[in-house]
Amino acid sequence: MSIAAKKRVFASPASLTDNKFHFCPGCHHGLVHRLAAETIDYYDLSSKAIGVIGVGCGVFLYDYLAIDCCESPHGRAPAVATGIKRSNPDSFVVTYQGDGDLAAIGTSEIIHAANRQESITIIFVNNSVYGMTGGQMAPTTLPGQKTTTTPAGRQPVGDGYPINVAELISTLKGTAFAARVACHSHTHIRTARKAMRRAFQAQIEKRGLGLIELLSACPTNWRMTPQQSVRRLEAEMINTFPLGTYKDF
Amino acid sequence: MTEKQLLKGSVALAQGAIDAGCRYYFGYPITPQNDIPEYLSAALPAVGGVFIQAESELASINMVLGAAASGKMAMTSSSGPGISLMQEGLSYLAGSELPAVVVNITRSGPGLGGIAPTQGDYMQATRGGGHGDYRLIVLAPNSAQEMYDLAGEAFRLAFKYRNPAMILGDAILGQMKEPVMLREALSPPQNSPWALSGAKDRQPRLVKSLYLKDGEMTVHNLKLLDKYKALQEKEVKVEIDCPTRCDLIVVAFGSCSRIARTAVDRACLQGLKVGLVRPISLFPFPEKAVREEAQKAGRVLVVEMNTGQMLEDVKLACNGNSEVYFKSYPGGAVPTPEEIEKEIEVIVGKGGLRHVNSS
Amino acid sequence: MGRVAVKEERCKGCGYCLEVCKEGNLYLDSTRRNRSGYSVATFSEDKVCSGCALCAEICPDVALEVYR
Repeated sequence: MSIAAKKRVFASPASLTDNKFHFCPGCHHGLVHRLAAETIDYYDLSSKAIGVIGVGCGVFLYDYLAIDCCESPHGRAPAVATGIKRSNPDSFVVTYQGDGDLAAIGTSEIIHAANRQESITIIFVNNSVYGMTGGQMAPTTLPGQKTTTTPAGRQPVGDGYPINVAELISTLKGTAFAARVACHSHTHIRTARKAMRRAFQAQIEKRGLGLIELLSACPTNWRMTPQQSVRRLEAEMINTFPLGTYKDF
Repeated sequence: MTEKQLLKGSVALAQGAIDAGCRYYFGYPITPQNDIPEYLSAALPAVGGVFIQAESELASINMVLGAAASGKMAMTSSSGPGISLMQEGLSYLAGSELPAVVVNITRSGPGLGGIAPTQGDYMQATRGGGHGDYRLIVLAPNSAQEMYDLAGEAFRLAFKYRNPAMILGDAILGQMKEPVMLREALSPPQNSPWALSGAKDRQPRLVKSLYLKDGEMTVHNLKLLDKYKALQEKEVKVEIDCPTRCDLIVVAFGSCSRIARTAVDRACLQGLKVGLVRPISLFPFPEKAVREEAQKAGRVLVVEMNTGQMLEDVKLACNGNSEVYFKSYPGGAVPTPEEIEKEIEVIVGKGGLRHVNSS
Repeated sequence: MGRVAVKEERCKGCGYCLEVCKEGNLYLDSTRRNRSGYSVATFSEDKVCSGCALCAEICPDVALEVYR
């Protein structure tokens, strides 16, 4: 039977453009982009969504999502998103930030945006390393993890401990939704899809800030094959960053 | 409706912004400009606007960036140390070609400095201040009326040129109460063709300042340069009051120009031939006016409440063709009219210069 | 019976889809490379495909479409 006679059961979401991702092989940013696009389509938000893009590997989001987008300075996406949402309350505002952007330079902005109960959605990609700048230590780098700036492995005393963002943000009263999910298997991806919807739903219902943290692989900067990297994600990252929903409205 | 009210400079500025159509303010407290956020925290919600006290100046300027990206008139205000923190956002606003107004009610520095009136942020304001090759539109009021008027003008220019604009004031201007004539209030801007609002029935829009492809950034820099050239050609604001036969021009801006005005008036009453050139737009700097008047008089006295910042622009304008003198009042020191008058007398002599070549 | 269509120019040969396919319907064809130089995932026509779409679900490059 030819393809023409069959029913398409899995296709690229409408809000995703045809542009080929610039990400490295095995990197999960593309998957997170797809989940975001799927969720935009699910809630029919493409005509009112505004993406606010942090600095990092996700900075070209506008090439891939067919929505209005605004770049923001490193770490400031929640502040930019606040300005957009407050001046345009009918829009749907979603930030896309990495671990360096959100959990290092942008800790102040994310905490206070949550604390003000801003109705914005935060997509937070945690791959435990600085990707775009070439593999330096991130605030989420695991103890002992070698990076280009922790050549002997991260020593918590002195280099700091990994920061658990979903738990941290869930403690703030203005947070409506905070969850951590993973991208490395189809079962985890299904859970991630559900969590992404809740993070969007929080804004749709004006309940407050919704944050989804996605554990992702960065094979290039982990110096691993894609297969090794998903095994590391499963075996090591989840221990430090337990999966789960920490706040749900 | 137009009416006259007795207003503090800071309040005049805040009301001027509202009357220009500004509905969004994001800021962080710092002395000596707190009258602006305090006034707007009540006045903006009353007209359907939004006031947010942000967690930092970094957040403030980026909230401004977000509202500006939505095509809205948004502003923030601060003072020296806070303005330093905002430089990141100002650079992004300039790079992303977004309109916004930032008010600097200056305090002396460097560092935590002092809160007395000063003009030490002239360089930071007129040279861009943040990273990259850009300029702000910079306006320097010298009265409560101008605090009101230039707030509106700053928004008009910011939107016309899609470039951030700064109002450079100080505590004298912020605290001084004067009668202000209010003008007819304008409506907020609607539907700018570049504004983000959600891609409904149109292609998605993008606000960005990242240009990585070969040659792209050069093209962008040259586009920005065209804008700065157009500002230089069309938007220079300067007050010139020089007698036809003039031996000396005094150049001063902001609150300092008020004191210089008194000194120049007194010198003229003595019979001295002295004029005043007051830059109102610091960028674009009134280079032509300063050059021409300086050339006619042959001598220039720059008076600033800093160690010599606008002085450099005056020297560039004169290009070595006039004698340039400087009287400095840094660190919160404020000149008296007598001091400036005395300086004028030292330069032109108590009886004035004899015009050897005059008919 | 299902069928997988590979958008070869999107594929980077990470191999995630190969691991997830229970029937082993996908393989990396080392004899062919796309314009970016990657060996691309290739659908084996001669095996049975249930059309479960797990391969497409796990693909980080949205390179697979599944028909059933």
